[in-house]
Formats: sequence, C-alpha cells, structure tokens
Amino acid sequence: MKLLLKGGRVVDPGSGRDGEFDVLIEGGRIARIGKSLPADDADVLLVKPGWIVAPGLIDIHVHLREPGQEHKETIATGLAAAVAGGFTAVACMPNTDPVNDHPGITELILRKAADASLARVYPIGAVSMSSRGEQMSELGAQKAAGCVAFTDDGRPVASALLMRRALEYAGMLGVPIVDHCEDPSLKGDGVAHEGFYAARLGLRGIPGVAESIMVERDIALAELTGGLYHVCHMSARQSIRAVRAAKARGMANVTCEVAPHHFVMTDEALETPLRYDTNVKMNPPLRDAADRDSMLEGIVDGTVDVIATDHAPHHADEKLVEFDRAPFGIVGLETCVPLVFDRLVHAGRIGVPRAIELLSTGPARVFRLPGGSLVEGGVADITILAPDAAVTIRAAALRSKSKNTPFDGWQLRGAVAATIVGGRIVYRNEVVA
Amino acid sequence: MLRSRHLLGIADLEPDEISLILDTAEAMTEIAARPIKKVPTLRGRTVVNLFFEASTRTRMSFEVAEKRLSADTLSIAVAQSSVTKGETLLDTVRNLEAMAPDMIVIRHASSGAPHLLARLCRSAIINAGDGMHEHPTQALLDAYTIREHKKRLDGLKVAIVGDLLHSRVLRSNVQLLNKMGASVWACAPATLMPTELTRFGVHATTSIDEAVADADVVMMLRIQHERMHGHFIPSTREYFTLFGLTPERVRRAKPDVIIMHPGPMNRGVEIDSDVADGPYSVILEQVTNGVAVRMAVLYLLAGQEAATD
Repeated sequence: MKLLLKGGRVVDPGSGRDGEFDVLIEGGRIARIGKSLPADDADVLLVKPGWIVAPGLIDIHVHLREPGQEHKETIATGLAAAVAGGFTAVACMPNTDPVNDHPGITELILRKAADASLARVYPIGAVSMSSRGEQMSELGAQKAAGCVAFTDDGRPVASALLMRRALEYAGMLGVPIVDHCEDPSLKGDGVAHEGFYAARLGLRGIPGVAESIMVERDIALAELTGGLYHVCHMSARQSIRAVRAAKARGMANVTCEVAPHHFVMTDEALETPLRYDTNVKMNPPLRDAADRDSMLEGIVDGTVDVIATDHAPHHADEKLVEFDRAPFGIVGLETCVPLVFDRLVHAGRIGVPRAIELLSTGPARVFRLPGGSLVEGGVADITILAPDAAVTIRAAALRSKSKNTPFDGWQLRGAVAATIVGGRIVYRNEVVA
Repeated sequence: MLRSRHLLGIADLEPDEISLILDTAEAMTEIAARPIKKVPTLRGRTVVNLFFEASTRTRMSFEVAEKRLSADTLSIAVAQSSVTKGETLLDTVRNLEAMAPDMIVIRHASSGAPHLLARLCRSAIINAGDGMHEHPTQALLDAYTIREHKKRLDGLKVAIVGDLLHSRVLRSNVQLLNKMGASVWACAPATLMPTELTRFGVHATTSIDEAVADADVVMMLRIQHERMHGHFIPSTREYFTLFGLTPERVRRAKPDVIIMHPGPMNRGVEIDSDVADGPYSVILEQVTNGVAVRMAVLYLLAGQEAATD
C-alpha cells in the first residue's frame, strides 16, 4: 500500500527541512521526500497550499484512565481523541486503578491500544508500588514490558531518598524519571493558585513555590546521580527559573514540559467568566499572569522542551460539585493544536518549526521514542496541520469520553487536517478538508 | 428592587441595593416591637434552611425572620457524614426542589456552593455563609448596626481584627464597607492574612494598635482553636497578647467607638470579657438586628419573585 502526500510545507525540525515537498509512504515507512514525486500506483492525499506536513505529534502526558476508571475514558476513546488532536503517539500515566506498577498492567494497556489501532501508546510505569512512595516498582521488568518512563504522577515522589535511588536506578536503564513536583506540606489541602483570586473567592491556595521547591530538589538529585530527570506540567515562574539555570550550567539530563492551559490561562479564570467553574480546576493550578508569561518565555527561549497536555478526563458528575470537592484536571488532547497555533505561532511568539519541535521532536527526544522526525526510511507517523483554519472548540463534540474543558466556545486559528500512523490515515478532518 | 433573584454575596450588590436592604430592615425592626410579632408578607411561601455546617445564631435568626413573615419553613441540618454517603449537593437540593420551595437559605463549608446552586436550580438562593468566601447577611446586619449608631457609613474608620484568612465575614464586610464609603483597616498575624490583601481595598497591618487608633468601629473576628495546628499561631495565649482587644487598646479608638463581633466569641482569646460585656459593645444588638435584616432580604427577594412570575 502506497500513499503520496502531494503538496504542502514539510517541516522537520530534526533535519532542518522546511519547504514544499511531496512525501511518498510505502509499507508504513517514508519511502521518499522530494519535489513533484510521481503518483504512479499510490493513493494521493492532496495537501492544500499553506498546510503543514509534520512528524507525528507526541503527547507524553496523557491519562487514559484504563484500567479502572472507564467511566472517565477508555484507551479506545482516549486514542480517538488523540488522533483527532493530531497525536500519532501518547504516553499514558500510571495512576490508573490499579496503578500501573506491574508488567501485567503494561501488557494490558498495550493490548488494548493495539485493539484500538489508532495512535501508538507508550505506557509510563509507576516509580513506586501503588505510587505510595514506599517501595520501588520493578523498573527493569516494566521497561522490558514497554514502559518508556517512570512517574508517580498525581503525586510527587515525596521522599528525597526514593527520588535519588529512582534516578540512579532508572538512569542505569536509560529511562527518565518524571516528577509531579509539589511539596505536600506546602500544598496542604489547597485547590487553586495562592493569589488574589483564590483569596477573594475564599479558596485554599497552593503557592508556586510548592512546585519549585521540589523542582530544585530534584535538579540537585539529578546532578548528584546523573539520572534522566523530566519535570512534568510546570506552572510556576520559579520552576522555569530553576530549569533554565540547570540547563545553563550544562545539565543535559534535565528536561521539562508545559501544558497549554498554563501558557494560555491565568487564575483570573476562577472568577471570569464563571465563578467557581470546576473546569478551571487542575493541578498544578492556573497561576498568575507573571507565571503564565514565564511559561511563554521558557517556550520562546528554549528552556521548555515539550508541550504536553496533561489530558485528564473526568466524568461530568464528578465535576458538577462544589469547587473544593471536584477532581483536578481537564481534557487536552483535542484543544492543544489550536491553542499552540493561535496563542504561540499566530501571536508571533514562535515559528512553525519551534511549534513542531515542542510537539513532536522534543517529546521523542526526552522519552527516547521512535518518531519525531520525517526522514526517508523512518516510520510514517505524520500529522498534517491546517494552521490558518478557524476552529471553534465545542466540548460536546469532543471525541474524548469526558468533556471537561474550559475552552468550550473558544474561537481559535489552527486545526489538525489529518493524522497518519504507520502510513495509515487514522483521522481526517472533514471540516477543513 | 433588587436586581438579582438570589443573594449570593455582597460582590453582586450595588450601593443603592445595600441602602434599600438597610432601609427595609428599619421598617422590619418595628415589627419586633409589636406584641404580635408577625406579618403575613410571605404567607404561602416555602423557605428551606439548608445547613451543611454547624450554626446556631445564623440558622435561628433566619428561622425567626421567616416565621415573623409567615413563611412555611423547613430547617435541615445535614451532617457532613451524609455527604460521604454519596449524594451530591446538587442531588440533595434537586430532591428538595421536587417539593417546590420558593427560597433556599444555604450554609455550606465549600466556598461557591451557593453559586453552583444558583446556576443549576430553580429556587432563589440566599447565601448564609459559604466556606471562606462570603456571609452577606452578616455584613448587612453589621452595616445596619453601624448605621444605627453612627447614622452613616461613609467616612468611618472600621478596624477588622482577627483570622482574616479564613473569614467570610471579612470578605463580605470589606466589600460592603468599601461600596458604602467607609475605610477598612484589616489586622491579623502575617500567617492569617489573605494573599494580596491590599488589593481587597483595605489598609493591611499586623499592628492592632495601628488598626484600632481613632477607629469608629472595631470588629473582632473569631480565632478557631484548630488554627494552632496549621502553624498559624503558636498559642491562643500569645495571640491574645499580640492581637487581643483589651480595654487599654479600646482607649486608642474614638471615644464613641463601637465594638462588634459576629460570634461565636472566644473570651480571652480575641477579646477581653471586659470589652465584650463593656459599654462600647454592641455584640448583642448585632444579633437582634440580624433578624430584621434577614426579614428585609427575604421580603425583597420574595417581591422579586412575584415581579418575575
């Protein structure tokens, strides 16, 4: 089976390629990239002028919720959302029920992902058994089963000793430790960013330093051990500062990610347009404008390696409660591309290659995944983007099983036109086509 | 007329609405002086008092107000434990609504709980205290009490001293007093100050002497004993030494100062008994005025309902 992507702007930050090319796919791999390639017997997908042909986008922070929380999301619905959001691969978090601390669960996830046959799935294993922070999981067995990283996400690795050992041990395996940074005593029972809006609304606060204190601790431990360390969903300006400083002194083993909501929204959303909207409750919380601006700076100056969504589906019933009782998190897979293009690219902050780097090349590099590049002979995981297409986010129309998004009704510019995994078109956007 | 069919907070009231409520409360005060303290204003209306948090003063005050207006009332104290049985707030209220009440008075430990109900339920919602957010009828009865003594609100110096961080009374009072032209001095230990307190439109200080100096009104807030557990204060004894309202400190205020407390008081913690029971104290008047103010709110919101029917 052959597929020819005819026309469009090929952007591959890894090789530096950026220009008008055709891409010929054969047997699930990229056979040729060149000017005016003949179609011959290949199926032809016409890529419109102005559209971008990019290496498949990879989201390394996704909660697929299966096993155990299928009322929120299943692997099948999560992957349908992923490909609609332009992602050819996702890494899924281990805070399922039971926690993915065992190869049996990793295998289950991979089997369900194969059944769904949409985006690729790379499981992330738990650092500790049941993510309780007490006993290290069998990281070696988990790596052999298919885990690409380890985290106790949802919670921090609170014990500095466990973090140290995990960095050493996973470093030996060449696998990164991903930490959800939050000092438990400073977070307390906080539900929103400790700032003016939470104070006015009477919501218990979580200060930015609750995050950055642990980022600083982890960086020190990464320096001590040489292990691979990745900070997930950064939200506080102090955290960006810490990572920037670590990189400046040459620490190549420290990487970080930012979620779209943290560079788009601020804690003002607690009050406007709707007071106490539980769809703006996430952890880490939306922070103030200075923090938001720091995320943007980090994205522009290269401190940030990855944009990842922290896709966290929750059932509508779970969110339709008092603010402090609602679970943390929002869905993100299907709103990421429009937010990145509208708020970063069209806003003139970054160019298209940097956007692709943050969404594809960077994630592949940090988690050492295949993909993230468009080269002859490489796997044909490709995302076609319509950067100028107008998009109105409709929560009800999301493919994710859960609709908990604060972006309902937002009008943005930048859409996914098609998603190709292993040479197969797994999603086509009929609206822009 | 009030512009909203709910009373969720002072944040949503304009100054003319606040004046209207206070003026109406004055008329209601007269009813309490009659031998038969009852008018038929709310006859046939059903008001549910839904209290998810312990309260004696506020709940009784609402009940008395409702009965004096001849409403049919139903008071439900929902223990926190039944929440853990699985029924959500929304389901609890929708079940009540199936019995067609007109108004729901709600007290809840979660900030914003009344706002959730106002968005999704049919009844008029009156906030009787939500978490650390607002307690609008308390601020209204405080304003009523101040106005009774000072004949005005604008230009007064009001000191509010105590656990500001966790206080809904602070949040409602600051907004009301600012809207009516008073200037507020807010005083607490640094550990019990809300973030960016000055953006609330107050003078923030950790010195009670500075807060109280030349004040027309001193409002003391309760210090809960459990605050010692979150490392907020070392001991109630030290708190009293640094922040307690003593007769000596009262002397720094204006000669005609009034001393207020929303209750329940911790004698010897935030306020000296000699002050609480002394000549400047209007603490029990606040309780009396609470009934009239709540009658005014119920009356005005019911009128609102009738107008929109």
